[in-house]
Amino acid sequence: MSNTLESTPKADIGRGMRFTNWAANYVDERTSASTAVKALGRKIFPDHWSFMLGEVALYSFIIILLSGTFLTFFFDPSMTEVHYEGSYLPLKGIEMSVAYHTSLDLSFDIRGGLLMRQVHHWAALLFVASIVLHMLRVFFTGAFRKPRELNWIVGFLLFVLAMAEGFTGYSLPDDLLSGNGLRIIDGMVKAFPVVGVWISYLLFGDEFPGMEVIPRLYVLHIMLLPAILIATLAIHMVLLVVNKHTQFAGPGRTNDNVVGSPVMPVFAAKAGGFFFLVFGVVMVIASLFTINPIWNYGPYDPSPVSAGTQPDWYIGFADGALRLVPPGWEYVLFGYTWSWNILAPTLVLIAFLVAVALYPFFEAWVTGDKREHHIAERPRNAPTRTGIGAAGVVFYAVLWAAASSDLIATHFKLTIEGVIGTLQVLLLVAPIAAFIITKRTCLALQRKDREIALHGYESGRIVRLPGGEYVEVHEQLDEFERWKLLDYNDYQPLTVRPNDQGRITVGTRLRAGVSRWFFEDRVLPVEAKELEGAGKH
Amino acid sequence: MANKPPASGVETSDHDEVMDPGTAVERSQAPQNPGLPEEHQRVTDLDEKEARSMERRIAGFFALSIVGSFFAAFAYSLFPIIPGDMASVRMNNLMVGLGLSAALLGVGIGAVQWAKALMHGHELVEERHPTRGTEEAREAAVETFQQANKESGFTRRSLVRNTLIGALVATPIPAVALFRDLAPADDPNARMKKTMWAEGIRLTRDPSGVPIKASEVTIGSAFHVVPDGWKDLEHHKLEEKAKAAVLLMRLPVDELNEDPAKSSWSYQGIVAYSKICTHVGCPVALYEQQTHHLLCPCHQSEFDVANHCEVIFGPAARPLPQLPITIDAEGYLVAQSDFTEPVGPSFWEREL
Repeated sequence: MSNTLESTPKADIGRGMRFTNWAANYVDERTSASTAVKALGRKIFPDHWSFMLGEVALYSFIIILLSGTFLTFFFDPSMTEVHYEGSYLPLKGIEMSVAYHTSLDLSFDIRGGLLMRQVHHWAALLFVASIVLHMLRVFFTGAFRKPRELNWIVGFLLFVLAMAEGFTGYSLPDDLLSGNGLRIIDGMVKAFPVVGVWISYLLFGDEFPGMEVIPRLYVLHIMLLPAILIATLAIHMVLLVVNKHTQFAGPGRTNDNVVGSPVMPVFAAKAGGFFFLVFGVVMVIASLFTINPIWNYGPYDPSPVSAGTQPDWYIGFADGALRLVPPGWEYVLFGYTWSWNILAPTLVLIAFLVAVALYPFFEAWVTGDKREHHIAERPRNAPTRTGIGAAGVVFYAVLWAAASSDLIATHFKLTIEGVIGTLQVLLLVAPIAAFIITKRTCLALQRKDREIALHGYESGRIVRLPGGEYVEVHEQLDEFERWKLLDYNDYQPLTVRPNDQGRITVGTRLRAGVSRWFFEDRVLPVEAKELEGAGKH
Repeated sequence: MANKPPASGVETSDHDEVMDPGTAVERSQAPQNPGLPEEHQRVTDLDEKEARSMERRIAGFFALSIVGSFFAAFAYSLFPIIPGDMASVRMNNLMVGLGLSAALLGVGIGAVQWAKALMHGHELVEERHPTRGTEEAREAAVETFQQANKESGFTRRSLVRNTLIGALVATPIPAVALFRDLAPADDPNARMKKTMWAEGIRLTRDPSGVPIKASEVTIGSAFHVVPDGWKDLEHHKLEEKAKAAVLLMRLPVDELNEDPAKSSWSYQGIVAYSKICTHVGCPVALYEQQTHHLLCPCHQSEFDVANHCEVIFGPAARPLPQLPITIDAEGYLVAQSDFTEPVGPSFWEREL
């Protein structure tokens, strides 16, 4: 480890240090902990606000583990029917499952129980949100490029696991809202060819709703999924250390170094403090704002449902996909029912998620670039990727909006049919528009950067020349500021050439076509010569 | 690889092998990185008095945290929950929560402030090394595998190897079989096609179980209905309700456009339809009296009651199944039979 900080002289062993020294020696002689401290203690982490998003995800997960452990001490997932005898009067005597009863007890009879429930739920919402934002940061800065493709996949698995944790947890209180959520899952599973009915039957342990599903989801929610999540998270962290963090272009920052703060003490203090900040903010929200007031919904009953109910935000895109299917997408073939109104949106969702997971490999195939990349790109410097990302975000956003189609309709006094029809069109058109607009905007921004790098920025100072001509004075950036505009990767479209056998394969043609789509429109990076020339203006 | 410009080698300076840059443009004329700018001095670096005052401020945040912790612990008993009193629940939640918030935010703000204002603030540089192992390490790894292969005969003794792979592939099979008893032995298909409804069973109100007379069903009204006897079921109450829930509505006879084959299924404009959506099974609970439309609140499928509940909007593909009804000798509404098709969401074997 080389750093520019002069090594501090060996500290005098004062009185107060004797115990510390003894303890450090004791531990090291039994664990060789000094090796780990030497390797990691002064590891450098670069600084940027967007690098905190992954940290928020990590810390929300710890908050979820802590608050969730508290909840398990009081919650009983049994679906046995009992009569409510807790202290919430409106539900007195009503028949409900033990799971719902103990969820109400947690809310109304256990001090701090409601607080922990709300901390748990708010932190869960934040967990998935920060994962998504973290993924967007990684995507738009190209931080998934070699050598981090595998860690992108690991992170993607964490995203899927987080949603699975969210859904299983959401179902546990066995209230009306979550029961309807399970009913929808049951309906979707049943639509699957050949195995659908059986999977539903085995999952619910009977016909829907059965007496088994909540205890089973509970085991998944508190044991199996967290265990897999923690193991996956550990791999994510180890790969982060092995690959070292990316950094944005900046003076002194190259592809071969990391510039930032050492783990001990600055990064540890900032990150440790940040954990407490995230926890504190979640705690403030949980103290002040109700989330998931299950007592308003009542116990699960297959007959009633209230209008305007919403799933937790991260399930919205899946629910929205179901809503956007036009009527009548079902047919019977040889006596078997094909429910395309379920299968089509499910396949679209799977295709979308697979595309997200595999994008790094796609881009690596297009560029053919086998080098390691450690400089996080500014989104504008990869216009096609940024356009693709924007298209993906808009696609997701339309699905998400569709999950609130009824609320959009009632709030803005529109017809539900009109909202759905508009969103159906937008789902197909808006991503394409987003791609074109974003790509063009990126190219325009690149041109602007080029202009600023060469001729400086407009200072707003107008000067009259002796001849009477007015000009605006352009002021040059200093070379450190300017470097951020100069340092980026440039690709050109692949030219089709015959291979060793003198043939042009279909694969090559395809790759050349995609490569042209990616890199045909490009803004040339500024060369050193141009900079010299530009100074004279 | 076509179109390969000479690799720059800049990005892989200490590699034994230079990586292929693909279609990246080699820039011999690239401007030079100006290197790290001069360090910026913070107020606390320049002025020991400022540093002292910052130190006191940070200590203040940590002190606030201690106060918050104790406050939260006391608030736990000071603001108890009084059974039946919602305000006491809110107060307990608020006070314990705010105490904890102060405890957490105090530590967080103090620690971050300490790092930003007082800790050594200069940026340090660490060299990166290629992620791939060094050539020696890679060779040693290959050597290890070759040695292990030689000693075990993994590739030479293909019979043991292949049977081992076969055995490992086969081991999870019993685990799959073990999951069969997650559900009872009988075929769910038969049960999914049958509900509690049968000839002569009275339509009763949900949840009271009071039977409904035809004369009570006025034009424009809608009743949430379960079969007589459902209320007293010992087992499978929710499972039966999830199939047998029915909506009962009365329309003016001239507005009711009935399928001729099913014209005997209604009684003087009173019709009964399954309440379970044919899309994914939510209860179709919203009845629009004027238009005779039923709306499923989950995914907005709309069914036209006047037109034998055909789908007029939304993702559902089939009409809601109709329950044939009539009246018994006492004038109560009764079912003529069970539904003539499975209710609820579609499934693979539905038409069999």
